[in-house]
Amino acid sequence: MNAQTHPNYNMDVVKLFTLATCFWGVVGMLVGVIIALQLAFPVLNIEPLLTFGRLRPIHTSGVIFAFGGNALFATSYYIVQRTCRVRLWNDKLAFFTFWGYQTFIVMAAFGYLMGVTQAKEYAEPEWYADIWLTIVWVAYLLVFLGTVIKRKEPHLYVANWFFLAFIITVAVLHLGNAMHIPVDIRGLKSYSVTSGVQSAMIQWWYGHNAVGFFLTAGFLGMMYYFIPKRAERPVYSYRLSIVHFWSLIFIYIWAGPHHLHYTALPDWAQTLGMTFSVMLWMPSWGGMINGAMTLSGAWHKLRKDPVLQFMIVSLAFYGMGTFEGPLLSIRVVNALSHYTDWTIGHVHSAALGWNGFITFGALYMLVPLLWERKEVYSLKLVSVHLWLGTFGIVLYITAMWASGIMQGLMWRSYDEMGFLTYSFVETVVAMHPFYVIRAMGGLLFLTGTLLMCYNFYRTIKGDVRAGEVDKNGQPRVPMLNGKALSAPQEGK
Amino acid sequence: MTKNKTQPKKDIKKDVDGLSGIETTGHDWDGLKELNNPLPRWWLWVWFVTIIWSIAYFVLYPAWPTIANATKGTLGYTQYKELKESQDEIEMRQAAYLERFEKASFEDVMNDPELYAFASAGGRTAFMDNCATCHGTGATGFEGYPNLQDDAWLWGGSIDDIYTTLKHGIRWDEDYDTRVSMMPAFGKDGILTRDEIKSVVHYVMSLSDKSIHADVAGETIFMENCAACHADDGKGLTDMGAPDLSDAIWLYGGDEHKLYETVYYARAGVMPAWQHRLDENTLRQISVYVHQLGGGE
Repeated sequence: MNAQTHPNYNMDVVKLFTLATCFWGVVGMLVGVIIALQLAFPVLNIEPLLTFGRLRPIHTSGVIFAFGGNALFATSYYIVQRTCRVRLWNDKLAFFTFWGYQTFIVMAAFGYLMGVTQAKEYAEPEWYADIWLTIVWVAYLLVFLGTVIKRKEPHLYVANWFFLAFIITVAVLHLGNAMHIPVDIRGLKSYSVTSGVQSAMIQWWYGHNAVGFFLTAGFLGMMYYFIPKRAERPVYSYRLSIVHFWSLIFIYIWAGPHHLHYTALPDWAQTLGMTFSVMLWMPSWGGMINGAMTLSGAWHKLRKDPVLQFMIVSLAFYGMGTFEGPLLSIRVVNALSHYTDWTIGHVHSAALGWNGFITFGALYMLVPLLWERKEVYSLKLVSVHLWLGTFGIVLYITAMWASGIMQGLMWRSYDEMGFLTYSFVETVVAMHPFYVIRAMGGLLFLTGTLLMCYNFYRTIKGDVRAGEVDKNGQPRVPMLNGKALSAPQEGK
Repeated sequence: MTKNKTQPKKDIKKDVDGLSGIETTGHDWDGLKELNNPLPRWWLWVWFVTIIWSIAYFVLYPAWPTIANATKGTLGYTQYKELKESQDEIEMRQAAYLERFEKASFEDVMNDPELYAFASAGGRTAFMDNCATCHGTGATGFEGYPNLQDDAWLWGGSIDDIYTTLKHGIRWDEDYDTRVSMMPAFGKDGILTRDEIKSVVHYVMSLSDKSIHADVAGETIFMENCAACHADDGKGLTDMGAPDLSDAIWLYGGDEHKLYETVYYARAGVMPAWQHRLDENTLRQISVYVHQLGGGE
C-alpha cells in the first residue's frame, strides 16, 4: 500500500508543503521563545523592529498560519488523493497554492516587522495581503473540490468533510473580517468598514472560528486519517463522526461573543456566546473519543510506537483544551480569567499539545511515506522529542495557570477600607518568575522541533540510526555482536 | 458520481471487524474503515445536560434578540447592575471613613490614627497607579524625577506644599496656578562663557564635596548669577523651586559633565496638574501618603 502502487499521485506538492511546515515551525516557535524572553526581560526589546509588539504577530501568524497552514495543506492534499484514489485536480493550480501561500506569509511577516497592521488579532495583514490570500484560498478550494469531484471512491472519507468545512468556513471568515477600505490604492493603510462593537463582534466571530475551523476542524481531518492509519484499526464510530461533525460546525460558529464578556456587547449576545460554547463541549469531545477509541483492542500498539504516542497525547491535550474553553467562556469564570495569562495558558495547551503534537505525529508518518522510506531515521529521537515537547508544555501551562489566576485575584482584591490591594505594576512584577518558566518551556518545545527537523533530514538522506528498532520492537538493521551488519542505509 | 448513485445497494457487503466483532460501514478508503458503533451513552447524556442548562440560562438571562430588542430573562440581570453591585460594596467600605475625611483638615487627619491609616492606604493605591510610572513604586525616583523618600524638596515638603504641587503640577501650562520658575540656559543663551561655566561648576561641586577646592572666580560667578535663586550658601529656595546644591542630592546627576550640561542648557522638569484627573479626596490621600514616606516636613 505504499505510494508506488499509485504513482499517479501528485506527491511533489505535498513534499513542498511538508518542508515548508518544518521551516515555518522552527521560525514561528523561535520567535515565540524570543517574545517570551522579551516579556520576562523587557531590555531584550530592540526598537523599533524587534519589539514585542512587532514580533508577537509574527509568532502567532507564524505558528498558526505558516506552520499550521502548511501542515493542513500538506496533509489535506495527501489525504484527499489517497482517500479519493485520484491525482490532485490541476497540478499548476496546486503548485500555485504552494508558492502563493508562501508569498502571503512573507508579505504578512514583512508587514508586521515594518509596523504595517490592521490591528485585528490573527487578522493583522493589511488589505493588499488580504486580497492575495483570497486568491490563493479560492485556488485551494478549487484544487480540493476538483479532486473530490473526480474521485474514484463512492463515498467521501470523514477527514475530507473536516477539510472541506475548514476551507470553506475560513474563506467566509476571512472575507467577513477583512472588509476594509484602503485609504489610498497606492498606500498600505486601510480602515475597517464596521466600527465600534460591531467591528469587535465580527473580529471575534472571525477569531474564535479561526480556532474552530482552522485549528480544530482542519486538524481533526489530519487526526481522522493518521491515527487509524498508524493504529491499523477502523475508526471507532461512523455515527459519532457524523453527529459530532455537524454539531461541531453548527455550534462553533455561535461561540465568538464569549471573547467579549463584560464589554459594550449587549448582554443577550454574551449569553448566546457563552451557552453555545458550553454546548460545544461534547461535540468537540466527539473527535477525541473517536480518535482514542480507535485504539480499543489495540492499545498495546501504543507501548512501543512514539509516533502513535504523539497523536494520542495530542488528543489528551485536545480534550483538555476543549473542556477548558467552555469553562472559561462561562461569564463568572471569565470575570476572573479574562485579560490574564490563564487565557495564554489555555491557548498554548491546545496549540502546543493538540495542534503541535498531532502535526508532529502526522509528519513523522508523512515524511517516510513521501520519500519512500520504511520509517523515520530514528524512532528513539521521536521519543526524545515527545518527552521534550510534553515537559515543555507542562512547564508552559502550569506557569501560565499559576500566574493567570494569581493575576486575576490580585487585580480584583481590595482591602476592608475599599482600596485596591495591588497596583497594576505590582501584579506585573509578580508575573516575572512565571514568565521565565514559560520561556524555558517554550525553549524545550523548540528544541524538540529542531530534533524533528534533524530526524527528517537524515530520513530523507536515507539513513537509519544504528541500533534502531521499529514500532513493533524488531531491529531495523540486522545486528551482529552489537554492530550493524550492513551499512545503515535504507535504499528505495 | 452519478454512476455510483445508481449502484444497487446489495453491492455493499456486510463487513465485520475481526478484533471487536463490530460491523463496519462497508466502506474502505486507502485501507481505512469505520466501525458502526453507536454514540456513547454518557457522551450523549452529558451533551443533553449542557443543552438543558443552556435552555435554563436562556430563560433566566437576556439571551435572544427580538425585532426591537432582546429577551430580558426572568432574573432581571444586566451587566451594569452586576457592576453597580460590586462598586456599591467598595463605596460602602470607603464611605465609613470618607465622610469624616472630607471634613477633616490635614492636621485633623494627622492626629486621628484611623483617618491617617485610611488616607495613607488610599494614597498608596492612587500613587501606585498614577505616580509610580515616573517616581517609581518605591517613590525613590529616577534621573529627572525626584526621590520622594528623602528630605530634599524642590517646592517644599510640608503637607500643604505637597498638596499644592500635586494639584497644580509643575510648569504645567494648562493649570493657571501651576508652579513655575525658569533657570536660564547660561551657556546656550551666551550669559556665561564655557570657561566661566566650568569654573562655577567646580564651585558648586565644592559645596557638597569638601575635597574639591574651588577658586575665587567660581564663587564670584555663583554669587552674581546663581545665588538669587539658590541662595548665597547654595541651599536653594523652595519658593523658586531652586534645589539645594550643598546636600549632595542630584536630580540630574552630580558629576562634572552632567553639571556642566545643567548650567549650559538649564533644567525645567514638568509634572502634570492632577486636579484635572483625580478627585479632591484622592489628591489629599496622596498628599498624606507622600508626606509620610519619610521626608515630610
